[in-house]
Amino acid sequence: MQLTRRYRFSASHRLDSPALTAKQNRQLYGKCNYPYGHGHDYVLSVTVEGGIRPDGQLVDRRALDAIVTKQVLDRVDHRNLNVDVPELTQLVATTENLALVVREALLADWNLPVRLAKVRISETDRNIFELLEDSADRGRTQ
Amino acid sequence: MLLTRKAEFSASHVCADPALSPAENQAIYGPNANPNGHGHNYVLEVTVEGDPDPVTGMVFDLRELKIILNEEVVEPMDHRFLNREVEPFDRVIPTTENLALEIWKRLEQRIDRTNIRLKNVRVYETQDLYVDYGGPACS
Repeated sequence: MQLTRRYRFSASHRLDSPALTAKQNRQLYGKCNYPYGHGHDYVLSVTVEGGIRPDGQLVDRRALDAIVTKQVLDRVDHRNLNVDVPELTQLVATTENLALVVREALLADWNLPVRLAKVRISETDRNIFELLEDSADRGRTQ
Repeated sequence: MLLTRKAEFSASHVCADPALSPAENQAIYGPNANPNGHGHNYVLEVTVEGDPDPVTGMVFDLRELKIILNEEVVEPMDHRFLNREVEPFDRVIPTTENLALEIWKRLEQRIDRTNIRLKNVRVYETQDLYVDYGGPACS
């Protein structure tokens, strides 16, 4: 059985790869490369997997909320991802990389009796990124 | 191929174990343990797996699926107090997890047939909390 909880945060970012020239960055990222950045209302879904405990729950919702709040929301909400999130200062602040950072931040403090199964982040209603735990080690980008 | 049908029902519930004190229940279930109950607009998504029938072109007759969902879930649960009016929630705590389990039990026998099986039950308690249950094999 899986349980999914949804959270929201608002943050700014700018896509710019140090490995590319200014012109290449502008061509590749388009508006996302405008020099002063821009922001989104991100929606984060965290899915956990396990069995039902005697209290009828897979996981204590407040314990899950506490980890997500401390490890993710408190660090990204109303922040500039490129500047304020240390793990992203060396990476392009794409939502792909953000999903990887979120997963690692959650697992770094994971004390719940369930498995983290999925991290899903929508940047806008049209752009959605999912990281399944089984494939989490694939596709790390710089 | 997967086919998903959605249904909604609104119901009230209390999540509390009668063997525990009010303080212990608050510690586990928070405001969900408030004794007089509260309600949600539940959303149910039922996914069926099978191959399209060569004659009808359908995995499952959606009219029949709608009738099954209505008879097994919506009619018995909509605008009800789950703990008091819907079996087995007089003795099973109506968490979203247990609700998904109960809905699975009610639907499985009516949906499963040759080459067609109930694949997943998703219950949204709110837009920000949902449970997926894929049957005993997936625990």
